[in-house]
Amino acid sequence: MAYSEKVIDHYQNPKNVGTLDKGKKNVGTGLVGAPECGDVMRLQIEVDDASGVITDAKFKTFGCGSAIASSSLATEWLKGKTLDQAISIDNMDIVEELNLPPVKIHCSVLAEDAIKAAINDYREKNGLEKIEFEEKGVH
Amino acid sequence: MLKLPVYLDNNATTPMDPRVLEAMTPYFLEQFGNAASRNHPFGWQAEEAVDYAREQVAKLIGADPKEIIFTSGATESDNLAIKGVFDMYASKGNHIITATTEHKAVLDTCKHIEKSGGEVTYLPVQADGLIDLAELEAAIKPTTILIAIMYANNEIGVIQPVREISAIARKHGVLFFTDGVQAVGKIPVNVQADGIDLMAFTAHKMYGPKGVGALYVRRKNPRVKVTAQMDGGGHERGMRSGTLNVPGIVGFGKAAELAMQEMEADAARLSVLRDKLENALMSIEEAYVNGNRDHRLPHVTNISFKYVEGEGLLMGFNKNIALSSGSACTSASLEPSYVLKALGLGDDLAHSSLRFGLGRFTNEEQIDYTIEQVRNTVLKLREMSPLWEMYKEGIDLNTIEWAHH
Repeated sequence: MAYSEKVIDHYQNPKNVGTLDKGKKNVGTGLVGAPECGDVMRLQIEVDDASGVITDAKFKTFGCGSAIASSSLATEWLKGKTLDQAISIDNMDIVEELNLPPVKIHCSVLAEDAIKAAINDYREKNGLEKIEFEEKGVH
Repeated sequence: MLKLPVYLDNNATTPMDPRVLEAMTPYFLEQFGNAASRNHPFGWQAEEAVDYAREQVAKLIGADPKEIIFTSGATESDNLAIKGVFDMYASKGNHIITATTEHKAVLDTCKHIEKSGGEVTYLPVQADGLIDLAELEAAIKPTTILIAIMYANNEIGVIQPVREISAIARKHGVLFFTDGVQAVGKIPVNVQADGIDLMAFTAHKMYGPKGVGALYVRRKNPRVKVTAQMDGGGHERGMRSGTLNVPGIVGFGKAAELAMQEMEADAARLSVLRDKLENALMSIEEAYVNGNRDHRLPHVTNISFKYVEGEGLLMGFNKNIALSSGSACTSASLEPSYVLKALGLGDDLAHSSLRFGLGRFTNEEQIDYTIEQVRNTVLKLREMSPLWEMYKEGIDLNTIEWAHH
């Protein structure tokens, strides 16, 4: 299968690979996927409590090139967004931006799930209720 | 000078040897006759060429030329052997024994047999990929007509104990068919010494052309027959109708002759290169060879690099190195390799595997380049892998509740 140039670029030069301090109250971590399924994404956000703006985002991904690219792109998009804006990131935006073929759509869903999981982790740590998200069910 | 891309997917197909092409060319052009045309020189030439190739192919496996049935390839040969025996020996029984690590051309044919009223036992394999001979013998029943076990596996290169299998088959009066695709032309295969009754093999895995294969069908002790699966002009002693692919068959013959002459030297050279590759890659932390290392084709290795995903790994260098992976993402089914899973590998390790298949045209420079590229990519991807980080922190990944999707 041929990859789009954008996927190749993110794969070769991934943005924001790394780890944020989980111990910090303003860091939210989302860990989604499973090793048996061939992809696991961990996406972290650091939030400025006063403004609700995401000041930093990091990821680590076990998976194919499209999974790596999806999470790399997601961290790029998250930085500078408010939590409310971040919630509205849709997996199809990622599909479109990276030109993912149908068999790789699940990678974008995983990235969206990771964003939501990170936001909920942040909310939980800060005494806020978790948001119930609808299942995408593309897997 | 290193010429890119490097081809290390010789289990999928081999490049054609230029000497094979040279032998074939006249049979596309001036000597284009139909081998079944009995009344003019064009037909005679074609028939003579086919006869000669049949001898070359037979000689490679220690058979009589009359025992070689030319087909379109190994998939057809697998089908013809299994369905042909099932039909021909219906009065004797309907039970076939095979193994879970067989090629799809065997497994799916067996599934077809089950739908047609046959009974099939799928033997599991041990963790090293070998079948358990006691289990094989125990699976034989009065209705068993065929044992279908491959010679060497296409994904892990593991060589089954063919002589022991054939001895068991003979003892119980059961026919033994083997898919010899990966073994013939690579290691010595002799249908007499190995006790093989039927064997599928193909030209394009031994530096010959695609689209031509053979089925060996024993004629003596015992005389074996298969029911034709295609109706037509009764070619190939009535077992396989269809105008013979003369240039393909000539190429197959030439490839067999070259294999006879060069197999031993090729195998010796390639096993050194394979071991160099394997040892270098095994020095990476958490790398595992899949399958038995002692009973294995000399040019194959299959390695799992834990905590990195196979397709992601391939992407690091697949512009420059042609390899295949047991990862789900590289297959249409999104399921990881059933062969690796049959060895008892978890899905995670199956997803993390690479298959290296060296060949006649592989050289040391290519192996050195591959070692460097694979190693660098594994290390780079592990820096990106949350699983690697957890492993390094001493977290047992099995204790984590993963969101299965």
